[in-house]
Amino acid sequence: MEERAAAKRSFWLVFLCTLIGAGAQMLIKRGAGALTLHVTLPDVVRDPTLIVRYAIGIITNPLLFLGYALYGVNTLLMAAALKGRELSLLFPIIALTYVWVSILSVTVLGEQMNWFRGVGIALIVAGVSILGWRETKVDG
Amino acid sequence: MSQTPVSSIVMVLFASFIGSFGAVFLKLGAEHKGSGIKGLLTNYPLAFGIVLYLLSSVFFVMGVARGELTILYPMVSLSYIWTLVWSRIFFKEAVTMTKIIGLGVIVLGVACINLGKN
Repeated sequence: MEERAAAKRSFWLVFLCTLIGAGAQMLIKRGAGALTLHVTLPDVVRDPTLIVRYAIGIITNPLLFLGYALYGVNTLLMAAALKGRELSLLFPIIALTYVWVSILSVTVLGEQMNWFRGVGIALIVAGVSILGWRETKVDG
Repeated sequence: MSQTPVSSIVMVLFASFIGSFGAVFLKLGAEHKGSGIKGLLTNYPLAFGIVLYLLSSVFFVMGVARGELTILYPMVSLSYIWTLVWSRIFFKEAVTMTKIIGLGVIVLGVACINLGKN
């Protein structure tokens, strides 16, 4: 029973991570639009001070700052979830992030819904359900 | 552009590869002894895992800069398959039918969603 409780806790922690990760991606997407600086690796090689300017751009932009901070929180939550549990069962659940981002992209950002997205969402939910069922109902 | 340069494919493959190692180090970090702020600050596997994630996203962004996204985006889902392999090799986790089916369905789903990006 204790084993099953730990398994459930880990599953829902990763589930929470996917919600936070989707929120972070939306914030970064919004924030990056406000950021006038676009940095590619060749740019940085030519002018290394770009990194500092980019970092300052992130820190001083509330949306980007919050977005990246949430990624940090996510990493710690994920580590907490993985403790004593199987990586091969929990890691694929992160794919749920794609589902939330797709739904938010369509509902909030006004992007177009299409067949690929619909089928993709259904497949990911099905796959995560299979792994989640295995993780929480049977102890491993 | 109708052609996808081999260099782009290699970079995206490499990104998925080191991203999966990011997951391995995250797991190692999760089992790291020590608690509180001090434990966190001396958790080098965790720190290395984060570095690998960052590197992975750099290679991904460079990879998709040129070439067909319908080929490059779905390749990201390969990192889930690498992770299953590393879990078996490094953590002796069992590879079960449930995992293979669940993972396979998820990989297809991620590939589909990435194809539908607009």
